[in-house]
Amino acid sequence: MTSYRLPPLPGEEIDRAQPISFTWNGKPHSGFAGDTIVSALAAAGVRTFSRSLKYHRPRGVLTASFVDPNCTLQVDDEPNVRAAHRRLGPGMTVTSQNAWPTLEFDVKAANQLVGRFLTPGFYYKTFMSPRPLWPAYQKVLSRFAVGGRTTRDAPHGYYDQRFAHVDVVVAGAGPAGMGAALAAAEAGADVLLVEEEYDLGGHLRWGGADELAALAALRAEIRARPDIEVLPNSVVTGRYDHNWIAVLQRSGLRDSGVVERLVKIRAGVLVVAPGLIERPYVFEGNDLPGVMLGTAVRRLINLYGVRPGARAVVMTANPEGDAAVADLRRAGVEITRVVDARRGEDIRRAIGHGGVREVELGDGTRVEADLLTVSIGWTAPTSLLNMAGNSPVYDADAARFRPGAAMPPDVIAAGGIVGDGTTSDLVEHGREAGREAARRAAGGEPQAIQDLSGARHPEVFRADTHGFVDYSEDVSSKDVFGAVREGYESAELAKRFTTATMGPSQGKLELVNTISVIAEATGSLLADVGTTVWRPPYAPLSLGALAGRSSEPSRVSAMHRWHVEHGMVPLVAGQWIRPDSYGDPQAEARNVRERVGIIDVTPLGKLDLRGPDVSRLLECVYTNTWANLAVGSVRYGVMCAEDGVVFDDGVTGRLGEEQYFMSTTSSGAAAVWEWLENWLQTAHPEWQVHVTPVTTAYASINVAGPRSRDLMSRLVEDVDLSGDAFEYMRVRTGTVAGVEDCLMWRIGFTGELSYELHVPASYGLHVWEALMAAGAELGIAPFGVEAQRILRLEKGHFIVGQDTDGLTKAGSAGLGGLVRLDKDDFSGKPELVWAQGTDAPLLVALQPIDGTVVPVEASQIVVGDRRIVGRVTSSRMSPTLGRSICLAQLAPELADPGTTVTIVRPEGGTIDAVVMASLAQVDPDGVRLRA
Amino acid sequence: MISIPCPYCGPRNSGEFRHVGESRPRPDPQTTTPQEWRSYLYLRANPQGWTTESWYHAAGCRRFFQLERSTDTDEVRALADRNMT
Repeated sequence: MTSYRLPPLPGEEIDRAQPISFTWNGKPHSGFAGDTIVSALAAAGVRTFSRSLKYHRPRGVLTASFVDPNCTLQVDDEPNVRAAHRRLGPGMTVTSQNAWPTLEFDVKAANQLVGRFLTPGFYYKTFMSPRPLWPAYQKVLSRFAVGGRTTRDAPHGYYDQRFAHVDVVVAGAGPAGMGAALAAAEAGADVLLVEEEYDLGGHLRWGGADELAALAALRAEIRARPDIEVLPNSVVTGRYDHNWIAVLQRSGLRDSGVVERLVKIRAGVLVVAPGLIERPYVFEGNDLPGVMLGTAVRRLINLYGVRPGARAVVMTANPEGDAAVADLRRAGVEITRVVDARRGEDIRRAIGHGGVREVELGDGTRVEADLLTVSIGWTAPTSLLNMAGNSPVYDADAARFRPGAAMPPDVIAAGGIVGDGTTSDLVEHGREAGREAARRAAGGEPQAIQDLSGARHPEVFRADTHGFVDYSEDVSSKDVFGAVREGYESAELAKRFTTATMGPSQGKLELVNTISVIAEATGSLLADVGTTVWRPPYAPLSLGALAGRSSEPSRVSAMHRWHVEHGMVPLVAGQWIRPDSYGDPQAEARNVRERVGIIDVTPLGKLDLRGPDVSRLLECVYTNTWANLAVGSVRYGVMCAEDGVVFDDGVTGRLGEEQYFMSTTSSGAAAVWEWLENWLQTAHPEWQVHVTPVTTAYASINVAGPRSRDLMSRLVEDVDLSGDAFEYMRVRTGTVAGVEDCLMWRIGFTGELSYELHVPASYGLHVWEALMAAGAELGIAPFGVEAQRILRLEKGHFIVGQDTDGLTKAGSAGLGGLVRLDKDDFSGKPELVWAQGTDAPLLVALQPIDGTVVPVEASQIVVGDRRIVGRVTSSRMSPTLGRSICLAQLAPELADPGTTVTIVRPEGGTIDAVVMASLAQVDPDGVRLRA
Repeated sequence: MISIPCPYCGPRNSGEFRHVGESRPRPDPQTTTPQEWRSYLYLRANPQGWTTESWYHAAGCRRFFQLERSTDTDEVRALADRNMT
């Protein structure tokens, strides 16, 4: 194998003492530490790295940087690796993508022959009809648009997140960025310096002796400053409002087990110093392997010691191209022709099959060459500035877009993105930006920094032949002309129609060429076509980095371990994980009706309310009356929002003259707390009420069933539990299983004699186990949420949000008696007054005539020609009645008891059901409850 | 994610807050008309430019407070009288 590796060079970043072995498409290769995957392969003479998206044309190195559209490879189980950026690692398995069966012989290259049919809009126009065939089309097309491969067993890796607060973030560590970081730090700011590549320095890295000397000095200064944190191989992916900045950190992490880290930063000032990206030239054959940008050639030679070819034609319009000529000569490459665009010289096409063989010049002469180096202009990556509200302006003299005038005070552009200059000009511009950034971050009034003017540069965009404007999307200048002919004259439309600039490099290489072709095709000035809008992310992010580690907490009660040990079937309810059942909810429900059961209801919202004005607050938030609630009593209440719609319900008890204890639904706990604070802080700040959330300060257990009093009496010493002394809807404080200060409420969601215990959370498990032990001879069994739902449905108790919806006002939920319109004011009162007499749906109980059928919840109820008159809101098999039972919302004219209605079953057919006299279908008179 | 200057806690990410919205007085429920009440419930001026609005620091001090925000630029500034009263 011929080696294209050059003798050692002064600025090279490879370590020739450290060879690294890897494989490329199954064959063993080796490179050096510091090589990119592509530089190591280029050193071995590899010229073709990929096949293009549509036409499967062979593609080689173009930019030799992260944005290289032709060097996206599969590395081990990671697809779409930017291999001209990613450093070589030992043992890597590198393969090409989008080629079949092999990179050298790709059958889909036949697409080139039908290229004229694959023009923009081809897919839209051809495969849209007939519509039903789309799934079949999609299967075939997706095989043609394949990227890399992922496997299900690929290790997931650990993706981290970090939050940072820094004074100054500097995006880009070229001469200006390094200058900005140093000056900002010297002025007292904390600085984060973010560099997309592995090493600091930008274009100084592949420069001559002077640049290398300047670079070494700058690097040493930065290393010496602990107040500058450097993130190499990291990129600022977005700038959002108030300088909320996202940085993707790609490396320096793998040893710590972190694949990538997303850093979210609130920054004082963002200095944008990304430098410039070299722009490709549009001509026939501009995608042949062997056509490279000047910066690519200079990187390959100076950083990696790779000779990029043997015989070169160089087209140059600027000092970068001139420097490429010098570098190529130094690397022993024969320069067969220098085409100087500043003198009006041009090339016409690159000729070759699988790679450049000849170059046809503007005058028609043909020159033999295997390398065509092109340096015809620059693109300023203004994406971050655009995200900050700045619109770039085209400067015809400099032949590139430059930042516009309107810049928010917390963003400063510096260096090459602004203008041109010598190394020291760029460093000094960065220093000025850094000083100003530190001053503004410390609260100083913004002052303008000096402008850096753009050097004169000829406008060179396209030869007199057509070539690719977008390599990743296989869009040619001819396609853009075609789009304009079809009427897509604005950049935003032509971009979407052709998909130019919409590929993986997101326009960094392609945008300016695309709009220059649009300008040419429409006969307008490039400045008038304008750019398209840049949105985050600036660079691609992996989904892993976005997902990061989960920071969603989950909540469990003090009895959780017991539930797990006793076979709980978990239910995830918001943040809570609680037992849905212990295996057989029907049996659990029967046991409550016949003997006694206990359920963990810790997630119930609990609020401790104290102060002289609590009852006034309760009058405001509940629809019923509270002023007359006696100490020792509890009351059920419904809360409405100001639109009269039911939003929560629960029981509140009065423990003392100025002390109340409120329970809310489990899901509504946070909202009710906020609602109370809202009334206290905004409507009645003069009221003296203290609200303390105690949801997790107490473990809550409901003891339910005919034997619950018997069970309680075995564990409670200091409270008289007899029916006369501790009546239904009363609250007592006492000692349970030796635990003092337990709250006991006699209430019954299940419809049984029951006690709800709120015990200090740390004793929750103790009391639970004591109940289980003491209840053994009474036939105790735990029950879960599902059994509770069955029991409450038998009793006709509704659940907010299940049996009510976003339109259910308090009067229509079967709660007319709980709405006291004679109160002066309460939340939602005006709407409830106006809702009187309207025909809102009513909540009713239904029994399907065939009691073996349990209609699916949300089934529609219809009359006649399938007019919808209601829907089933809850539906279960009742173990007590041995038949199915439902709650439903129903039009009032059909809500009379005994009316037969028709339920449509989503699985097909209908079933008739009868409206019941009472919402409660078990014990409608409440005998069991009040036992 | 914008930064909200909580008058009690200092600047915090807006994710810690609930945006209550444009501040507007609650009509007297005794005398209000459906038109007035429903415009209180549902209608917002939604100006382009500066607006006074309420925020609730749900993951912080749990206080309601008001500030001014420009709907154009998301620039925020504290109110002299920051409380809702």
